[in-house]
Amino acid sequence: MSPAAAKETARPAVPAPAAAPELGVLTRSVRELRALGDERHLSLSEAEWAAVQARFKTLKREPTLAEIETIAQTWSEHCKHKTFTSPIRLSEGRRTRTIKNLFQETIAAATAAAKKPWCLSVFEDNAGVVAFGRKWALAFKAETHNHPSALEPYGGAETGVGGVIRDVLGCGLGAKPVLNTDVFCFARPDYRGPLPEGALHPSRTMRGVVAGVRDYGNRMGIPTAGGGIWFDDDYRLNPLVFCGTVGLLPAKAVKKEVKPGDLIVVAGGRTGRDGLHGATFSSAVLGDDAPGSAVQIGHAIAEKRVLDALLRARDRSLYRSVTDCGAGGLSSAVGELGADCGARVRLEDVPLKAADLESWEIWLSESQERMVLAVPPKDLKALQAVFAAEGCETAAIGEFTRDGRLRVVHHDEGVVDLDMKFLHKGLPREVRRAEWTPPPPQKASGGAAKRLGEILREAIADANVCSREWVIRQYDHEVQAGTVIKPLQGVRHDGPGDACVIWPHAATGDLEDRAGFSVAHGLNPEYGRLDPYWMAMACVDEALRNLTCVGADPSRAALLDNFCWPSPDDPKQLGALVRAAEGCRDAAKGFRAPFISGKDSLYNESKDEKGRPLPIPGTLLISALAPVPDVRRAVTMDFKGPGNALYLLGRTNDELGGSLCHRLLGRTGGEVPKASPAVTLEGLRSLHAAITKSLVLSAHDLSEGGLAVAAAEMGFSGEFGAVIDLDEIPRDPRIYSNETLLFSESAGRILVEVAPENESAFLRHFGKGAKAAPVRRVGQTTANPILKIVGLDGSTVMEEPLRELKEAWQRTLPAMLA
Amino acid sequence: MKSPKILVLRAAGTNCELETANAFAAVGGKPELVHISEIKAGKKRLMDYGVLVIPGGFSYGDDVGAGRVLANQVRHTLTDLRQFVRLGRPVLGICNGFQVLVKAGILPHSNNFDQTASFTVNDSGRFEARWVHLRLNTQSSCLFFAGLPEMVELPVAHAEGKLVVKSPRHLEELKKNKSIALQYVTEDGKLMGYPHNPNGSIFNIAGLTNPEGNVLGLMPHPERFIEIHQHPNWTRQTYRKQAVGLEIFKNAVSHAR
Repeated sequence: MSPAAAKETARPAVPAPAAAPELGVLTRSVRELRALGDERHLSLSEAEWAAVQARFKTLKREPTLAEIETIAQTWSEHCKHKTFTSPIRLSEGRRTRTIKNLFQETIAAATAAAKKPWCLSVFEDNAGVVAFGRKWALAFKAETHNHPSALEPYGGAETGVGGVIRDVLGCGLGAKPVLNTDVFCFARPDYRGPLPEGALHPSRTMRGVVAGVRDYGNRMGIPTAGGGIWFDDDYRLNPLVFCGTVGLLPAKAVKKEVKPGDLIVVAGGRTGRDGLHGATFSSAVLGDDAPGSAVQIGHAIAEKRVLDALLRARDRSLYRSVTDCGAGGLSSAVGELGADCGARVRLEDVPLKAADLESWEIWLSESQERMVLAVPPKDLKALQAVFAAEGCETAAIGEFTRDGRLRVVHHDEGVVDLDMKFLHKGLPREVRRAEWTPPPPQKASGGAAKRLGEILREAIADANVCSREWVIRQYDHEVQAGTVIKPLQGVRHDGPGDACVIWPHAATGDLEDRAGFSVAHGLNPEYGRLDPYWMAMACVDEALRNLTCVGADPSRAALLDNFCWPSPDDPKQLGALVRAAEGCRDAAKGFRAPFISGKDSLYNESKDEKGRPLPIPGTLLISALAPVPDVRRAVTMDFKGPGNALYLLGRTNDELGGSLCHRLLGRTGGEVPKASPAVTLEGLRSLHAAITKSLVLSAHDLSEGGLAVAAAEMGFSGEFGAVIDLDEIPRDPRIYSNETLLFSESAGRILVEVAPENESAFLRHFGKGAKAAPVRRVGQTTANPILKIVGLDGSTVMEEPLRELKEAWQRTLPAMLA
Repeated sequence: MKSPKILVLRAAGTNCELETANAFAAVGGKPELVHISEIKAGKKRLMDYGVLVIPGGFSYGDDVGAGRVLANQVRHTLTDLRQFVRLGRPVLGICNGFQVLVKAGILPHSNNFDQTASFTVNDSGRFEARWVHLRLNTQSSCLFFAGLPEMVELPVAHAEGKLVVKSPRHLEELKKNKSIALQYVTEDGKLMGYPHNPNGSIFNIAGLTNPEGNVLGLMPHPERFIEIHQHPNWTRQTYRKQAVGLEIFKNAVSHAR
């Protein structure tokens, strides 16, 4: 500790903050304040300004700039998720109801109802935590970095990855990141339409984002082995970049606490002027006045030093609590750690990149690669030695107190003096208005008829189905030596896997422990255009099926929700958001899979080239994590040999609404897929039991493009063909169309390959009865690499060479980027 | 039997140290993670160890060229490395570690430890991770390859893996000295271009050894194939091969015993 710091500790009196009378919070009207605040990118509403004003009127003083900034950051949509926690008046047709707290009534309610003892920490820490065997736990978090990636794709994506890694590093007493998984939504990179001035072309956005994720993840030595990309031109001004990380931590390092008297230690990078107003800026509609300083600058090796040092210090118990310095910088990190006790900070002790930073800038800067720790004074020296050995700077910048106040001084000048209760609980809750009009049932109509083979060729080459190899190969998806099921699968290591399986013990050294885990995603904004409720259901359904296909246990799945939505100030958008959240609730309850963490990113809309608002389609990413009890039983999606039986699990309905087939045919309307969680869960459990007994050779979920696309992918990845008889498909008996059976996107379905000698053993795992998930033999694999389909009338309705389908599937992405 | 001490060298940005150390531990070595700053401070001495391994990663971010900064540190801090090599103790450089050995003048071998080769950006212009077929040079005296088949598979993951040599004469010397330890090949053993040669390395070189065979530098990652389930095709019934990575570590440990 520096002598100045010691002196400060000995003197309890903190000078009163110097006011910033130029703001005139006490004298101006709330409307004036809002206008003034918007200029500074504070994103505070009039009601919030009124609460601030009332507070400082009772204190009889003007707030300082740093205080206003602290409040704005803490109360930002980014940090407080106001939309999800404020009352909502929802009109549905003639009926109106009030939701007191959307988050509590949907996501959190489902988790509470699930009552899973293996959920070790939900919604509290920087990430959700579940048990992983007896000794270990897994922390899982995904968040978005959309606004920064729109402005500066490479830097935005890099810091997105860096940020979520720090979330996991700052979870419990620190988790070691063992998997990165990244999902993007872009406009097509070959987009040729108009763009407003200053907007980046989607191709540049995509290349920049992929490079940013690649360079940060690879340098950190974390395998990027999961993810996905969705193309839709409505993302052209607002690309979505979801960054997820799984961390491994000892079960006994899940709990943390701050004690009064602990020192506040900042570790890692220095503080500079980069990344001011990140939290408030990301909580507003992106315009051409976006502040350049809002995008931070990442430095992976600096973060790697922090990671190496922090985990070494953790294993020596040299600190009591830790959190990352993310949005809001020190104000938010210290504010959160000290929320229950109080904190006092000396800004002159914060190591700076430039000497001329103003007090509020030091306090609010979002410079990257910093962590904040609570360190018992007796351990400070040892802690600093551990960090110094890794070439990592640390500084004690204050201490936690017991007075319930957040006090910040800079060279004996008061900067902030707020009570924690007002800061964390003082946010006024404003009632928001939402509308939801149920879509009228609409028969599928329009479009042109096409041959089945032609539809399949177009479907397999579609931007949302085609090979992602160009992206995946750029990620080091095998560092840490635990990627036992790779993202690319099959004979030539290039087929589309449902999910990866990670065996973290090559890095822990416990090579006898065969447990691993898998992470998968579900995302489909097309369904959301028809009904966000069923979109949410389908996303959970798809994520869980992907997990089950590789051998993960669907009864132990934990979920993350990431909502990316346009402005919730539009009642229709908010109504759709409520609907999606209720879908999440019902899916989580139905699948008995708890949510353990989540995030939302709102205001994803911009003005297009003609000045009209261009909102993104309401987008929900569901990420699911589940253990794989023994990675030696894991399964890939490629056909393993000729003459094996093909079973279809789940029922096919006439559900082509929002489907790829409809888009290809130019057809509208139709029924969106409606998941049935209880039945599907039963089927998934049966399949999992069969997989653990090594009765399954390959399994692949049916998603965009339905059965036809799934069978083709399994075939060309394994280099074997298949004959499938559509009449054997378990289905709604009212379906008379081969096209519907081949391309319907009904939820809950998986195509499974079983060796003939194991068929009866396989079937014994599935229930009978009307409520059980149907499973039926629909065909077999063949040596000849051709996908042959027998139609309902018994004639061959499609015969497609798989080699050509694979070439089409592989050509699209490189061609779009050329 | 005694367990040889393995020095697993770390620096800022090293990121394959744990799996590398665990691979050594799995075959009876006693790995110790040592940060280069500990050697600089005199807290650890290279000569106290039986094997040196420089694992993969992005030392110092590879910001001025892959492995360049750590190579300079190795030259100036690990001053007893030349003696360590002359004594015949095994030295293994994997990926970034190989780049370090080349830029520190340890590989290709020359009497004055001059740098005669280097690495440049992959022909594809991108970082690439993929499994490759490799042919081991059974003519070389590389101690790490004892008992291994000629044809093996291992994963590569790098952006700057294209080996270049100072002049055609240097390539001829490498051939003559039997210093080319392994080459990228097709499944049936032919020398072919991308993607079989994932980076465009001269003469498809994937790894080098010294004439004595106690130093091995290679771009592929043997620590990522110490057991069968790490291979991409282990779920296919037709796949039955040994985890060749583990053998490389086993050979180093048995030599150091």
